[in-house]
Order: sequence, then C-alpha cells, then structure tokens
Amino acid sequence: MWFFLELIANGIAVGGVYALIALGFVLIYKATSIINFATGEFMMIGAYFFYTFMVMLGLPAIPSFLLVMLGSAALGFAVERAILRHMLGQPTISIVMVTIGLSSILLGLAELIWTSDFKNFPPLFPRAPIIMGEVVIRSNFFWGFVIAMAAVVVFALLFKYAKVGVAMRATANDQMSAFSMGINVRTMFTVAWSMGAIAAALGGLIIGNIGGIQPTLGMVGLTIFPVVILGGLDSIAGAVVGGFIVGIVENLAGGYLHEYVPGDVKELAPFVVLVLILLIKPYGLFGKEEIERL
Amino acid sequence: MLSVNNIEVVYNHVVLVLKGLSLKVPEGSIVALLGSNGAGKSTTLKAISGFLPLEDGEITDGWIEFAGEDLAGLAPHQLVRKGLFQVMEGRRIFEDLTVEENLSCGAYTRRDRGEVKADMDKCFSYFPALKDRYKSLAGYLSGGEQQMLAISRALLARPKLMMLDEPSLGLAPLLVEEIFEIIGQINRQEGVTILLVEQNAQIALSVSSYGYIMENGRVVLDGPVERLLNDQDVQEFYLGLGQGGGRKSYREVKHYKRRKRWLS
Repeated sequence: MWFFLELIANGIAVGGVYALIALGFVLIYKATSIINFATGEFMMIGAYFFYTFMVMLGLPAIPSFLLVMLGSAALGFAVERAILRHMLGQPTISIVMVTIGLSSILLGLAELIWTSDFKNFPPLFPRAPIIMGEVVIRSNFFWGFVIAMAAVVVFALLFKYAKVGVAMRATANDQMSAFSMGINVRTMFTVAWSMGAIAAALGGLIIGNIGGIQPTLGMVGLTIFPVVILGGLDSIAGAVVGGFIVGIVENLAGGYLHEYVPGDVKELAPFVVLVLILLIKPYGLFGKEEIERL
Repeated sequence: MLSVNNIEVVYNHVVLVLKGLSLKVPEGSIVALLGSNGAGKSTTLKAISGFLPLEDGEITDGWIEFAGEDLAGLAPHQLVRKGLFQVMEGRRIFEDLTVEENLSCGAYTRRDRGEVKADMDKCFSYFPALKDRYKSLAGYLSGGEQQMLAISRALLARPKLMMLDEPSLGLAPLLVEEIFEIIGQINRQEGVTILLVEQNAQIALSVSSYGYIMENGRVVLDGPVERLLNDQDVQEFYLGLGQGGGRKSYREVKHYKRRKRWLS
C-alpha cells in the first residue's frame, strides 16, 4: 500500500510542475490562438537563466529567481514583437512552423552560449526528504511542487481579478469587441507571451533543479502536450487537472508496469490515456468545443 | 463635434462601398443614419471608429474630424481614449465574462476607480435588469439584456460621442421601444452625443433630431427630423405609409410605379 501511495504522492508533485508548464501553453493559446511549440525551449532557457545568475554570476537564490522571471518575460516580449506580430492573420500552419523553427533556434543558441554539457544547480533546499506518514517524497520534488502551485494560483488570480487579466480574457473572447473597449489587443498578445514564457521558465527551473540541465531539457515539453490537450487548450483548470492526471499515470505506469513492459512505459502511458480520453471528449476535459485544424 | 467629409471607402482595394459621404453630428444631439441593408451604414461607422483596416478596408478620399482633430490613422483603442465609443452591431458582449467583468472592460481606459463604481450604479438605475444578473455570465443573458449590457458598457467609458450600430437588431418591439427611450434619456441626462445607425426608421426618428438617409454608399436625403417625417418619399419607403398618410395597402400592386424622387 505504501508503494501505491508513494507513487501517487510523487505523481501529484510532478503533476503540479506539469500543470505550471502547461499553463505556459494555455496562457498563450487563450489570448492569441497560437500553440507555442517552443514552450519546451522557453523552459530550458529559463533554467539556464537561473544557472547563469546563480552559478556564473554568484547571486543568491531569490534575486536569481526574480531575475529569471524578468528575463523570460523579456524573452516572450521579444519573440512576440520580433516574430509573431508579423505573422498575424497568416494561416495556422505557418505560425506553427514558425514556433517549431523558433524552438530549433533557441536550442542552438543555448548550445552556443552555455555549451551542451550537463550542468547542475547548487542544492537549493534542505536535503532531507519530506516524510508524511509512510510516504517519502524527495525534497526537490516537494518544494518544486510548492513553488509550481503557488505560481499557478498567482496566475489564476491574476486572470480572474486583475484588470489586465480581465482584458486578456475579453481579448480571447472577442478581439474586435475588445478593441472597441479601448483595449489594445496587440499589447494583450505581448503580455500573454510574456506570461506564458514566465510560466514555462519557472517550470524549467524546477525540473532543472530535480534532474540537472542540458539544452535538450526542452524535450520535456513533449510530455506536456498530453497535459495540455487532455485538459483543453484554453482552460487553466484543465491545465491543472491534466497535469495531475499525467503526473499520476506516469508514476503508476512506471511503478507497476515497468517489470512487464520493456522500454520506457513511463513516457508512453500518458499518451495512451490521452487517446482514450480524446475518444470520449474530443476537446479535452475542459476545452471549448471549437474546431481547430492543424 | 463630429464631421465626416466626403469620404470614399474601398474594401480589398476593389469594392467601392462609400462614394463621397458627408455627415455632421453636432454636440449634444442625436443624429440618425438610416438606410436599408448594404447601404453602407455600418461601413460609415467603422470608418469613423477606425475598424476599417481590420477588415481590409481603406479610406481613399476625404477626412474625418472629431472635436477639431483629424482622425486619420488612429487605431480603435486610441479613439476610445479620445471619447469616441462604438457599440458594435450584434451587441458583441464578452460571453465568457460575467456582467460585472463586461462592465469593467467598458471602463478599461479610465483610471478613476471610485467614479467607475458610481457610474455602474447609474447604469443599474437605467437598466435595473442588469443588477440582478451582476455575477452571472453575460452569455446567459437574454438578447435584450445583452443590448442593455452593451450600452452600459459604452456608458462606463464616459464617451463624448456614442455610436450605436442597430441597437434594435433582433429584439422584440416592446423592448426596442424601452431601449430607445433610455437612449434618449442618456442623451439628455448624461449629455452624450449619439450617432444612431438603424434600419428601423420609425423608432430611430422618434428620438433623434436630425437624420441622414443613405442608399448605395451615398447620402440621398438629410434634414431635421420634422422635415423627414413629412417627406413623401421617406413616408412611403421608410415609414411604410401610403400617400394619404394612412397605412399602405399592398392591394394596390402598382406601388412600385412611383419612383423615389431622389433617384432621378
């Protein structure tokens, strides 16, 4: 029994981080209807920013953390202004190709700047694992979960109550009408990209803290796809629930099926569940029922 | 306050929609812009509110002045800050947002939070129905309530000029009367100048002081409302009255024989 509980607990911990990264997708998709295939690279760059500030420049953890948020916001801002603004009104497939290209560019840049060597953060949290009854969670997982959840809550509140959040939702709902309210729709796009980049970067930082960083860290973005699609591309609640489902399924599959199935069943399982859920709910668990062709 | 001078609008570089249209909206008045489908009424509004570029339209000639300022090249959100607010055709409320959030979007350009609250209360005194639905999603409101919300949203921006595009669209006659009653009140009590685009000539002329009648991208007739109401052509073609002033009978099939005088 304790094995099962431990798998669940770890699944929830990882799921929280997945939820945060999924939020990176959702924030951008909701406002601009663009699926950002470079989200994984945004994560990776975020993790490298942290490494740069903390290890290379020797800043303390909390200022580095804040600088990462600032830096990734700037990254999102720059990407939107320099590239995606010019793609407004182009077919979806072109925009998708642009974001895929962007991911390659960011990957290449990261290798140029930080080399492709494996790097580690200095220990950020106390080493001792967190023990709850019989369940043991590694401290990096636990604190990662706490930070991720805090970030998700902040984003959700921002969207719900802040003026800019309401304006962003209005933009997502009806762009023309938002324009007629005096909301600068283009600014909202930029804000969405910045916020999406921040969410992804924080996720990258947490994952980097757990497993170390490498330019290919962005591949985790692939695991996030089932999360986003599962929850529905335009739903914050969906991102959170989807994150937990994928985290838990992944851990259970890894724990129980590992002996019977050769290969990486841990990474495969979420996709199986994804297909099953999409068979029943084609728009994801919380998605709006609209047809999006890719 | 607003003057549109001889504008020509072309869509997609090809389709000429407005062919030299001029109109004036004096401060504090309600001006009606009437015409049938496809006459170019909505295009006129879009030309004023800066929405044309978003629909591949372009003003190729003429200019638009608001409070002594040329509006050329300003984006819609900048025009809102100048006091020019358009209530779009078909209401266009944010369905996924609550009534409250919709209203606060209307006040997006304002900084004076305390006054916004007072203005919201004012909206509820005009439209008490909205108060009960304050927290519910705007998508679940009835058509009439949605129109009320759209007008309230405009009021919260504290515009100098409010442009209403077919506020009667898809509403029951009784509700239309109620809403136009309130539009008149808003004009008198808040001092908001109103430019009204309508197909329903009868109700539009009942609240406005001056009217323009459009056909095929041109103004074909304009004048103070009293004169329009007495004009035979307007009576026949827009108000549905026969020559004797009574209701027109469609038994006299020859009605098409009479030509609109402004065409010749």
